[in-house]
Amino acid sequence: MAPNYLAILPEISLAVLAFILLVIDLRLPQGRKTVLAGITAAGLAAVMVLTVLFARPGAAPESVWGGMLRHDTAAFVFRLIFLFGAAVTALFTIGWKQIEKRGEFYVLMVLSTLGMTLMGAAGDLIMLFLAIETASIPLYVMAGFMTGDDKSTESGFKYLLFGALTSSVMVYGFSLLYGFGGTTDIYKLAAAVGSGELPVLGLLGALVLTLAGFGFKIAAVPFHFWAPDVYEGAPTPVTAFLSTASKAAGFAVVARFMLATFPAEVLPQGLSVIALISVLSMTLGNAAALSQKNIKRMLAYSSIAHAGYVLMGVAAASLLGVTSVVYYLAVYLVTNLAAFGVVIIFFNTAGSDEIKDYAGLSRRSPALALALMLAFLSLAGVPPLGGFFAKILVFAAAVEAGLIWLAIAGVLNAILGLYYYLMVLKVIYLDRSEKDDQPVPVARPHAIALVVCLLLVVFLGTIFGPMYDWSVLAASGLF
Amino acid sequence: MNQTIWLTLILFFPTLAAAVVALLPRENNQLARRVAFVASLIPLALTLFLWFGFEAAPANAEGYKFVERYEWYAAINSSYHVGLDGLSMTMVLLTTLLTPLAILASFSIEKNVRAFMALFLFLETGMLGVFMSLDLLVFFVFWEIGLVPMYFLINQWGSEGGERELWGGLKVSARTYASFKFMIVTMAGSLGLLLAIQLLGVVNGTFDLPSIVTQWNALADSDTILGGWASVGTVKVWAFWAFVLAFAIKVPVWPFHTWLPDAHTEAPTAGSMILAGVLLKLGAYGFLRFVLPLYPEQSAQYAGVLAGLATMAIVMGALAAYGQQDFKRLVAYSSVNHMGFVVLGIAAAARAAGTLDANIAMNGAVLQMFNHGLSAAGMFFLVGVIYERLHTRDLNAFGGFFPRVPVYGGILIFTSMASLGLPGLNGFVSEFLVVRGAWAVFPGWTAISMLGLLFTGAYILKGIAKTLHGPVNEESAHHLSEMNARELWVMAPLMVLMLWLGVLPGWLLNVINNAMQALFG
Amino acid sequence: MAFLQFLNDWPVLSLITFLPAVGGMALLLIPGDRKDTIYKVALGLGAAVFLLSLLVYLGFEVEGARYQFIEKYNWLPQLGISYHVAVDGISAPLVLLTGIVMFTGVIISQRIDERPREFFAFLFLLATGVFGVFVALDMFALFFFYEIAVFPMYLLIAIWGWKQTREYAAMKLTMYLFIGSVVSLVGALAMYFSSGLKTFDMLALEGANFPPEFQILWFPFIFIGFAVLGGIFPFHNWSPDGHVAAPTAVSMFHAGVLMKLGAFAALRVGIMLLPEGAKFHLPWIILLTLVNVVYGAYIAMVQTDFKYVIGFSSVSHMGLVVMGFASLTPEGYIGAGVQMVSHGIMTALFFAVVGMIYDQTHTRELSKLGGMVQKMPFVTFAFIIGGLVSMGMPGLSGFVAEFPIFMGVWLSDKPWIAIVGAISIVITAAYIIRLIRRVFFGEFPAEFEGHVHDVKPSEKFALGLLTLVLILIGVLPGVIVPMVEAGVDHVFALLGGM
Repeated sequence: MAPNYLAILPEISLAVLAFILLVIDLRLPQGRKTVLAGITAAGLAAVMVLTVLFARPGAAPESVWGGMLRHDTAAFVFRLIFLFGAAVTALFTIGWKQIEKRGEFYVLMVLSTLGMTLMGAAGDLIMLFLAIETASIPLYVMAGFMTGDDKSTESGFKYLLFGALTSSVMVYGFSLLYGFGGTTDIYKLAAAVGSGELPVLGLLGALVLTLAGFGFKIAAVPFHFWAPDVYEGAPTPVTAFLSTASKAAGFAVVARFMLATFPAEVLPQGLSVIALISVLSMTLGNAAALSQKNIKRMLAYSSIAHAGYVLMGVAAASLLGVTSVVYYLAVYLVTNLAAFGVVIIFFNTAGSDEIKDYAGLSRRSPALALALMLAFLSLAGVPPLGGFFAKILVFAAAVEAGLIWLAIAGVLNAILGLYYYLMVLKVIYLDRSEKDDQPVPVARPHAIALVVCLLLVVFLGTIFGPMYDWSVLAASGLF
Repeated sequence: MNQTIWLTLILFFPTLAAAVVALLPRENNQLARRVAFVASLIPLALTLFLWFGFEAAPANAEGYKFVERYEWYAAINSSYHVGLDGLSMTMVLLTTLLTPLAILASFSIEKNVRAFMALFLFLETGMLGVFMSLDLLVFFVFWEIGLVPMYFLINQWGSEGGERELWGGLKVSARTYASFKFMIVTMAGSLGLLLAIQLLGVVNGTFDLPSIVTQWNALADSDTILGGWASVGTVKVWAFWAFVLAFAIKVPVWPFHTWLPDAHTEAPTAGSMILAGVLLKLGAYGFLRFVLPLYPEQSAQYAGVLAGLATMAIVMGALAAYGQQDFKRLVAYSSVNHMGFVVLGIAAAARAAGTLDANIAMNGAVLQMFNHGLSAAGMFFLVGVIYERLHTRDLNAFGGFFPRVPVYGGILIFTSMASLGLPGLNGFVSEFLVVRGAWAVFPGWTAISMLGLLFTGAYILKGIAKTLHGPVNEESAHHLSEMNARELWVMAPLMVLMLWLGVLPGWLLNVINNAMQALFG
Repeated sequence: MAFLQFLNDWPVLSLITFLPAVGGMALLLIPGDRKDTIYKVALGLGAAVFLLSLLVYLGFEVEGARYQFIEKYNWLPQLGISYHVAVDGISAPLVLLTGIVMFTGVIISQRIDERPREFFAFLFLLATGVFGVFVALDMFALFFFYEIAVFPMYLLIAIWGWKQTREYAAMKLTMYLFIGSVVSLVGALAMYFSSGLKTFDMLALEGANFPPEFQILWFPFIFIGFAVLGGIFPFHNWSPDGHVAAPTAVSMFHAGVLMKLGAFAALRVGIMLLPEGAKFHLPWIILLTLVNVVYGAYIAMVQTDFKYVIGFSSVSHMGLVVMGFASLTPEGYIGAGVQMVSHGIMTALFFAVVGMIYDQTHTRELSKLGGMVQKMPFVTFAFIIGGLVSMGMPGLSGFVAEFPIFMGVWLSDKPWIAIVGAISIVITAAYIIRLIRRVFFGEFPAEFEGHVHDVKPSEKFALGLLTLVLILIGVLPGVIVPMVEAGVDHVFALLGGM
């Protein structure tokens, strides 16, 4: 079979984009480097266009490049999600002093995105490991990018340590699987796993070890410890990237891996593990978020909780379940990007991420306050915003799969979530500060990015059809 | 005859007039008074018109005349169904007669005249509605509606002075206390009535009185209703007591009378007139219209209790009246005393239904209702006349007024005598009939109540003596002036009727008797 | 009515649902300092909403189809979600109620001084949610609008509410309502999957014939979940706090309309779709409502804050609505249907009056108020009418509503509840009389002399409109009862003619 170059067109173009950025960075005078972010965003958008135009998979999933990659709708849709997340993140870096003038940052980001797109498509354990590392290693650097800042440094270091640790555990899990199945192709592993000759306990062990690596990417309990510190310390655009695109990539892997290697009919206990992780993540994430004083830490815990919600869809292991995962991730991506966008803009002016300093934001910038409100309400699951429908989908998937207890745990967690989101909104709208009369300016690129994200949030919350179709498309690629 | 609109016209004209009065200009009190007075004459004229045509008017199958029936609350089978028989005709006449007089009596009110007059006219609708309705639900509507204007009349225009202590040591003005007590006690009484009406409606599937009377009495005591929850016999007993309690509070029968002295005493003059003249009759009317027809067996069974309570009311009412130092309170307790006779008559009739004695007692009771309406209204008005001049009702502050105000004195004596039951005046006729009828049924109770009659004489004479005779109380007499023309006009119709009914009660008794025959024949 | 035939060709329900939200967004475009313009535009919008709701009400043919003004569009056909709206005999009056409360609420919000633009925008957004719930025939749409209705309350109370308790009350309210709605949501999803019809359309689900065990298992989730918003005991606690903390117009809307949302959704989703579950569970739920009715009234009696009295009275009166449902008799449902409207108007009136007095005296302590009749006779009159409605005085709407409810209870399997429940009538009378006497009569406190004046003509108009409805329903039950009856007939067709 001839190598399918179109299947890796996005990856090729991303590599090209990274190279172009490197070159431009070298040629640009120091004063003009601020255009890099725009170029990155434009480039990523161009990759999206290319992907849509030329890298569309056929209806039937196919393995390409010797089974290393899958060329299917799931990979396709996830790629678009990552690319969109990266593009918006690039826009948000504008104005971030330690970043906007340093081209290597954008190169790293594009490379990380490349890793993610590979994660979405990986069909082989080896490819999967490589993809995860390709995505992660640039992120370690990016998290510690503000070298003058202790917290950022600590953040990068912590992220690296955790990442290394979980990666090695995961690789150990991979090796077990290889030992069990004699193959590294995750689709072929299923046959070995399902043969019935292997001890369930051993399989579960391998699964848990593997999940350590995936859980690290999606920041699910109990692999979440890095998240609050890293989120807080990393430059906010990086945090945004971590909590959106990177997380989505993790889920792309989890969904594919669970369905392909440990389908319900083969190892039902596997899904129970996922359900358990789901409920732990939501509950601990939300509970910890309640008492946070720093908005980034709060969002970190909230993102742990959201990982829990998404895992409900994975635990359902049905077409609707995976559809809900994709829909949820899409919504979560745009919503969280909008939320972090506001945090970034606010930090640029106020130099603080403390929630109490947001007091009076509604007077300082009504539009920004409105944007944050919409984002938080969407995270909380209030209509007519995307989060509402996404939550309904994951709950529906859980109910459909008979996981009523999980659905109930989910809805109760939604209440907890609403509580802390509202607490922030309360500070924004109710509390006063001495700086009430100082406006918070919003730069044009930020405004554009915010408006695009928020429009998508509302769009995904009112007109579900298009994205739902895409989600079904993506989901069906995994079955 | 097809539907007429007379009753509706009489019933709602006062409400319409009330709305008009409420919208009159604020400054012109005299205009409000006059409009209200003229407006109140129109129902009277219409009633008289009906009264004279009453004999000739055709009756429907159930014996009601001028019947009107329209769909009202179709979902629960309640209709706006009104009609008159002799009993209600008499009561309607009493109401439409007393209302203009009471309004005339309140021309001296200066505070918020428009509101006062509007409430008063509205009250008339409430009272008339009770007498006219032939649907339990509609009846209840009017029964309760009457409370509201009365509450405000007492609460807002009641006597100025006085203070009462509530539980917890909170001090409130006497009129607040009295109005609150009036409202709560009567509402509490109505609550049982409400529940019993619901029960009747639920069991019978309609609220139409004539249909319920037929259906309800056709149920055997042993049948179970409410999905097997209770037997008809039990339900009837409970519902019977619920009705009795509500009406007994309104009459009031001893020991449910405690709201009355307070309410009467604190109410403005016109309020007391209507309260004693008409509102108390609502209770007695309820016994005749609802309790006896709906629960004949229970009524007969428990008539002894009722007669005993009535006797207590007669005796205790008289004794209590004698003990009062407040003229108005004295008159108020006299109402308890006199209404006791009404209940005694009703109890006797309930026990011996169908006999001649029962018929006589019943006629006496209804006539006594009418008569008490006249005399009590007159007495309260006369108390009001003095109060307006002296701003006190303390009998000890009175004395020796006769020479100063001979006309007033004469009228007071005349009215008191009517109230006392002096032969030749109206009170005698009705009380005689009641006693005559009850004698054969409850000889013991009747004998005791005759003793009560003795005390009646005592307190009436005390009132007259303390007011008109004895040493002149100079300080008070100084402020006293003779009754003016308006006040005379209030009393004149009452006195004419008292005398007329005392000498020739036939015209009224005929109507009453026909109705009683038809009802309990 | 015949001359309103043309409405059938209009998307009138969509219009009434989305006009408030769109209008509210448009309000945000007016510069914030032109408060007068903002008020006028809001007023116009409120009037338009009111007129539309009136058209819906008048255009509803009692003899006609069960559901009228139907509109149905695909929303997400893949999951069987459609935008399907219509009104029946129970919801049409509620639409009118919402219109009236909205309109009068806007009228009396002229005193809102802080950020009126946002205030009205949120208020209108709330209205969209409420209208949406009342007209939705699709379960998904119902939840969609339901949650839209819940959220703006938080900001309205938290930003414009009473300073002492607003943060606490707003949060408490939002938490309670969300818990209720998400619990119902799980039940709704279970219904969706269990029916096998792959549709959220409630008309289709009505015929789904869920197995009895399923209904018995899920009914409590759905019913109680929604009933939380109806203030059912023991989940009523949010409501008085919310009422008290909310600004006047929001209290009106909250107690007047929002609480009906809970009762209505409990009926539409709970009882109508799970009739067997309803028959199984309502006989014990009626005991909860009894606590609502009697205990709520008792608590109202011992309050010393004007607004708390009204707040707890709502708990008591809403208990009657659910009690009517729980009686499982047509009479009870008719009564409950009328009570929703009657209580809505009445309590809106109450809160409007409380607001008018508080705005001028800055106190709601009963012991500090008095003699208001001297300054505001018309307000006094309106409040007294409302009070009488609350007491169930015959001739007013409260009686028309409560009487059949009690009849229904007599016909239920626990007739004794009627007797116990009736105690609340006396208690209500006691606290209403106490309120009227303490606030409106007696001494006028000297400290208020000079800064308490009669209300504006516009406010009188608002009170007059509310009063008129209360009297009209009371005197002529025929203006509303046949319509409600038509809706109830349908409910009982589903319940299988008890």
